[in-house]
Amino acid sequence: MSAIPATGSLRREGRARSLVDFYVTTMRLAVVEQFQYRAATYMYLLGMVAEPVIYLVVWSTIADESGGSVGGLTAGEFAAYYIVWTLVRTMNIVFTPYGWEWRIREGQLSGQLLRPLHPIHYDIAEFAGGKIPWVLFYLPIAVVLTVVFNPTFDVRPAEIAVFVVAIWGAYLIRTFNQSALGLITFWTTRVGALFSLYIVLELLLSGRLVPLTLMPDWAQTVAWLLPFRWTFYFPIETLVGDLSSAELLGGLAMQVFWILVGIGIFSLVWRRAIRRYSAVGN
Amino acid sequence: MEPAVHVAGLQKIFDVPEREAGLRAATKSLVRRKTKEVRAVDGISLDIAPGEIVGFLGPNGAGKTTTLKMLSGLLYPTGGEARVLGHVPSKREREFLRRISLVMGNRNQLQWDLPALDSFELNRSIYQIPREDFLPTRDELIELLEVGDLVRKPVRQLSLGERMKVEIVGSLLHRPQVLFLDEPTIGLDVTMQKRIRGFVAEYRQRHGATVMLTSHYMADVEALCERVIVIHHGRILFDGDLAALADTVAAWKTIAVALEDGAGDLSGYGEVIHRDGDLVTLRVPKAETARVTARLLAEQEVLDLNVEDPPIEDVIELVFAREAV
Repeated sequence: MSAIPATGSLRREGRARSLVDFYVTTMRLAVVEQFQYRAATYMYLLGMVAEPVIYLVVWSTIADESGGSVGGLTAGEFAAYYIVWTLVRTMNIVFTPYGWEWRIREGQLSGQLLRPLHPIHYDIAEFAGGKIPWVLFYLPIAVVLTVVFNPTFDVRPAEIAVFVVAIWGAYLIRTFNQSALGLITFWTTRVGALFSLYIVLELLLSGRLVPLTLMPDWAQTVAWLLPFRWTFYFPIETLVGDLSSAELLGGLAMQVFWILVGIGIFSLVWRRAIRRYSAVGN
Repeated sequence: MEPAVHVAGLQKIFDVPEREAGLRAATKSLVRRKTKEVRAVDGISLDIAPGEIVGFLGPNGAGKTTTLKMLSGLLYPTGGEARVLGHVPSKREREFLRRISLVMGNRNQLQWDLPALDSFELNRSIYQIPREDFLPTRDELIELLEVGDLVRKPVRQLSLGERMKVEIVGSLLHRPQVLFLDEPTIGLDVTMQKRIRGFVAEYRQRHGATVMLTSHYMADVEALCERVIVIHHGRILFDGDLAALADTVAAWKTIAVALEDGAGDLSGYGEVIHRDGDLVTLRVPKAETARVTARLLAEQEVLDLNVEDPPIEDVIELVFAREAV
C-alpha cells in the first residue's frame, strides 16, 4: 500500500475560486444527469408547455372575436408573450418548498449540513445547470409554437441583453422566496398549504396567468410592489414589450432589490430554523 | 494535550407530539396539542484524546446517534458543552466541517443516479481539495477498499455493501481528523465487515485520526476499540477499557474443559452452561476461578482447559440489565 499524505495536510484553494469551481462542477453534473434522463426531461417540458398553450389559445380566440385585440394586445402579441413566457418559466423553475419539506422531514438535509458549504449553493447550482439542457430541449418546441401561432416580435439588442440578465434575476428571486417558505417546515412539517397560497398570488400578480396590462390599475400597482412581477412579467416584457432603457435598468434594479430581500429573509429564518433540525431518520 | 473531543453535561431533549389513535384523539389534538419530553441525551460527559478510537455502545434509542449528530454539528444541543478539535460543533464553522466526517451506515450521501466518481468530484469542489492532492487520495482510497470496478456504476445499481464502501471513500476524501462512524457495517456480510474494520484501523493508524464508532456488532468493537463507552437512556453507564468492562460487570468467568475419559458430571465445580461431546463449559464465580481450576486439574484427567472472560455480548447485556456500574 502506498502512503496517503497525512491528515490535515491538504491545502485549500481560495474561497472565491473554490466557489466558482463548486458551481461549475455541480452545474456540469446537473447537465449530465438531465441528459441521462432526457426522455423524462422532455416529457416534463411538454407537460409544462400545456399551461401557456391553453392561455394562448384562450386569449387568441378572445382577441380574434373582439375585433383583433384585447386590452391593446393582438393575437400575435399574445403569441409572443406566451412563447417567451415558456422560456421564462423554464428558466425560473427552482427547488420548491415541497423539496425542502421532504428534505427536512425525512432527515435528508443531514448529508448537506455536514458539508462546509450552505445547502442553498447546491440548490442554486444544480437547478442552474439543469436549465442548460432544458433550454436546449425547449428550442424545437419554441420553433413549433412560432410556426403555429405566428408571434409578433420587435426586439432590440439591448432588450435581449437585459432579458438574459433578467431571467437569472427571476431565478434567484424565486429561489430565495421559495427556499424561505420551505424552511417553515422546521416549524410545521407540512408547508404545502402555504405554498399553494404563494402560487395563487404568483399566478395572479406575476403575469403568469394573464399579462398584467389586462389587470385593473390597482392590481397592477400591488403587483409592482411585490416580488412576483419581477419573476415573470418583467423578463417577458423585456422582449415583447416596448420598455425604455430607464425602465429596463429600473426593472433590473428591482430584481436586485428583491434578491437582497430574499437573501435577508432566508438567512434570518435559516439561523433560527437550523436550531430546530432534528435530523430524523438520518 | 487538548482532547480531540470534549463533552461536559451534554443534553438533547426532544419535544415529541403525542396522541392516542383515532378520530376523537385527532380532533382533540386540533385544540390542544400534547407533547412528550424525550431526553435522548441526558447530561453526558467524556473526553477523547487525539488519535484515540472509542466504541460507543448502547441499545436502540440509547442516545448514541443523537450524540454523534450533536458532535458533528447536525443537532443543536439543549444544554451542556461540546468541543471537537477546539470548535463548538453547533456553530458549524467551515473549518470544523472540513476536519470531520460522519459516516452513517443507513444514509446515502452520494448522487443516486450518477457514478460515485462524479460524487467524488463534487466532494472535491465542496471541500476545496486541490486536484493534485485529490487524485492520489481518491485513487488510494479506491485501492484500499477495492472498489475500482464499482465507482463507474450509477450508485443506485450498487448493493448495500458496495455502496457503503464507496460512501466511505467519499467521506474520507478530505482526510478528516475526527471520524464519527455510526453503524458502518450494518447489514454487511462478514467478509465486508472485516474489510471495513481493517480499513478503519489502517486509516486511523496512518493518519492518527480520532475515531468514535457505534456498532451493534461486538466484533467491530473488539477488533478496533480498546476503550468503550456504554450509554443507555441517554446516560453513560460505563467508560473505560473493554477488558475492564468484563471485570467490572461480570462477576464470573467461563472454564472450558476437555477430559480424558469423556465428560462426566462436573456440576460440583460450577454451573454447566454448555456441553459438546467431551468439552464442557462451566460458569464459575470470578473469585473462585483459581480454586476451581486447581481442583479440576487435581481431580480430573484434563486434556485441555481454558479460562475465559464472558463473551462481550453477555457483558453488555449485563450492563443494560443493571443500568449502573
